[in-house]
Amino acid sequence: MLTIQNLQVKLEEEDKQILKGVDLTVETGKVHAIMGPNGSGKSTLSYVLAGREGYDVTDGSADFDGEDLLEMEAEERAAAGVFLAFQYPVEIPGVNNMTFMRTALNAQRKARGEDEMSAPEFLKLVRAKAAELEMPAEMLKRSLNVGFSGGEKKRNEILQMSLLEPKLCIMDETDSGLDVDAMKLVAEGVNRLRSPDRAFLVITHYQRLLDHIQPDVVHIMSAGRIVETGGPELALRVEREGYAGLKAEA
Amino acid sequence: MVSDASRKAAEGLIAALPQPAGEAGWVRDVRAAARTRLFEAGAPHRRDEYWRFTDPARLVAPQSAPVVDAGEVAADHGGDGIDAFPGIDAHRIGFVNGVLRPDLSAHARLDGVAIASLADVLTQDITIARELFGKLELAGQEKVLRPLAMLNTAAARAGVVLQVTGTVATPIHLGYRQIGEGAAVLRHVVRVESGGDLTLIESGHAANSLIEVDVAPGGTFRHLRVSLGDKTPTVAQIFGRVGEGATFKSFTLTADGSLMRNETVIDLVGDDAVGHVAGAVLGRGGDHIDNTVFVTHSALRGESRQVFKNVLTETSTAVFQGKIFVRQPAQKTDGYQISQSVVLDDGAEFLVKPELEIYADDVKCSHGSTTGALDPDGLFYLMARGIPRRLAEAMLIEAFADEAIEEIDDPAMADAMRGHVSAWMAERA
Repeated sequence: MLTIQNLQVKLEEEDKQILKGVDLTVETGKVHAIMGPNGSGKSTLSYVLAGREGYDVTDGSADFDGEDLLEMEAEERAAAGVFLAFQYPVEIPGVNNMTFMRTALNAQRKARGEDEMSAPEFLKLVRAKAAELEMPAEMLKRSLNVGFSGGEKKRNEILQMSLLEPKLCIMDETDSGLDVDAMKLVAEGVNRLRSPDRAFLVITHYQRLLDHIQPDVVHIMSAGRIVETGGPELALRVEREGYAGLKAEA
Repeated sequence: MVSDASRKAAEGLIAALPQPAGEAGWVRDVRAAARTRLFEAGAPHRRDEYWRFTDPARLVAPQSAPVVDAGEVAADHGGDGIDAFPGIDAHRIGFVNGVLRPDLSAHARLDGVAIASLADVLTQDITIARELFGKLELAGQEKVLRPLAMLNTAAARAGVVLQVTGTVATPIHLGYRQIGEGAAVLRHVVRVESGGDLTLIESGHAANSLIEVDVAPGGTFRHLRVSLGDKTPTVAQIFGRVGEGATFKSFTLTADGSLMRNETVIDLVGDDAVGHVAGAVLGRGGDHIDNTVFVTHSALRGESRQVFKNVLTETSTAVFQGKIFVRQPAQKTDGYQISQSVVLDDGAEFLVKPELEIYADDVKCSHGSTTGALDPDGLFYLMARGIPRRLAEAMLIEAFADEAIEEIDDPAMADAMRGHVSAWMAERA
């Protein structure tokens, strides 16, 4: 589904290389985890894949289902099926949460040449999905993420993910700032979306999220590169030995 | 000391306008005094501190008087912003080229208000007119000279006089139309008695308009002005006096004004008075839109708010000059002011002058101002969900402008304003 080769990225504003040749293949139907210490480039990778401005791709490629991902605008990537669950979902005062989700869903459908979803149909859908995540209906009526707790913001991300039904879900530090109960809710939401047609790229610093979202493949990222790839046992080794031990080995 | 050139320009302003005739003696006195004040003040000039950001040259260029007889004008004509308040049922009063037009005005009786023509009132000796005409304008000159308001008092012949004694269920809509060249000078005088409640709305174009409004204790006055696509220089002024426990709220929406100055001067003279002045500005091309507000706190526990949001594209300019002046007896004043601009193109600019002048020691006053591009994080968040850039920008801008629109109490009025912002954004896309 996603093939990244030798991806090299620096910040536009300063001459600082962050990704120094990332090679990564994500297969359809699989959950891939990327683990790594702070500053290893995990979040940058997620932003670059989602199309955020402010980065210069100096070399390499990212192919998404046969299309050159790096040539697409952020909204085109979303319509093609890429979804980024933000580490820090943005608060937008004055933009109603539900209006935002319906606008996003219909913009994607329109971009794919599909019919827009009617307001009643959407309302029914969003209520059902919100109930699964134990989100009170009142949260849907508020301004987007404004005044939401950390856990509520993350649940709102998962709600968007389940409405938009992307092919590739990139989850950037989704567990940060969550207590155990909130993490379980979020993980259950993700697990419900696991399907043979969908892939996940779960970026996390800690192994604990992976107790709830079982990965098929684990990658270790360090200093702007994927330095090791293995099965779920690799995550456990990180937990046991820390990144320092791994790096020494690498 | 006023310069000769400035005095000459002031004389030119008066000479260009038709001289009122057949008026009551007290009116002639008020007019003569206003003329004298204007000549002493001189016409406004870029050198004046108060006009530093808005060059008044085009406002004071001698303009010939409007063609008074504009002939028959169909009631469904455009040009006066008749559709500026969609979905709002209003009592219409129409003006063409600065003349009140009964044929373009509603005649049904409105409960709670007596409506008269200013031209009629000024030939008689009517107490509320005598108490207010030229008086509130004069009071508003205390700290800053406002020559264009003096000009209005000296020369305005048409307008309405409203005496509000109860709750007026239907807003009164003043619609101004200009046909051809010329400068319409309009003056309205409003007294809201205790317990009275009026919403006054304005649209269309008049070169120099001024509302004097006196809100008696416990009264409520709400005002909205929509100015869309004014291509000629315009100054629209309000001079208000707000009594004990009374409320004054004004909102202006100004889009695409080639040279527009909204000037609002209010004095909270009674204890516990409330004065809110808000506005949204949508600028493009070479538009220049100026909101100038002066709020005086003269009594205890007054509460004032100034909330202005500007959306600026291309080479447009927005100006905000906002002052909170707190007199020594006005303890426990709560004054707030915010002016913010989103600048979408490099050529656009926002010029702002917030001012506080406080003589009371137990007050809470704050002001803030920001200028910047749209929040890139917010934009990316929306786009990352599949919302195209232009639509994402429009969503953020509508949300931004909404912070001013939310100052409007009436939801239907607020929705009408939102409609203008959306339509403007859609035109941009």
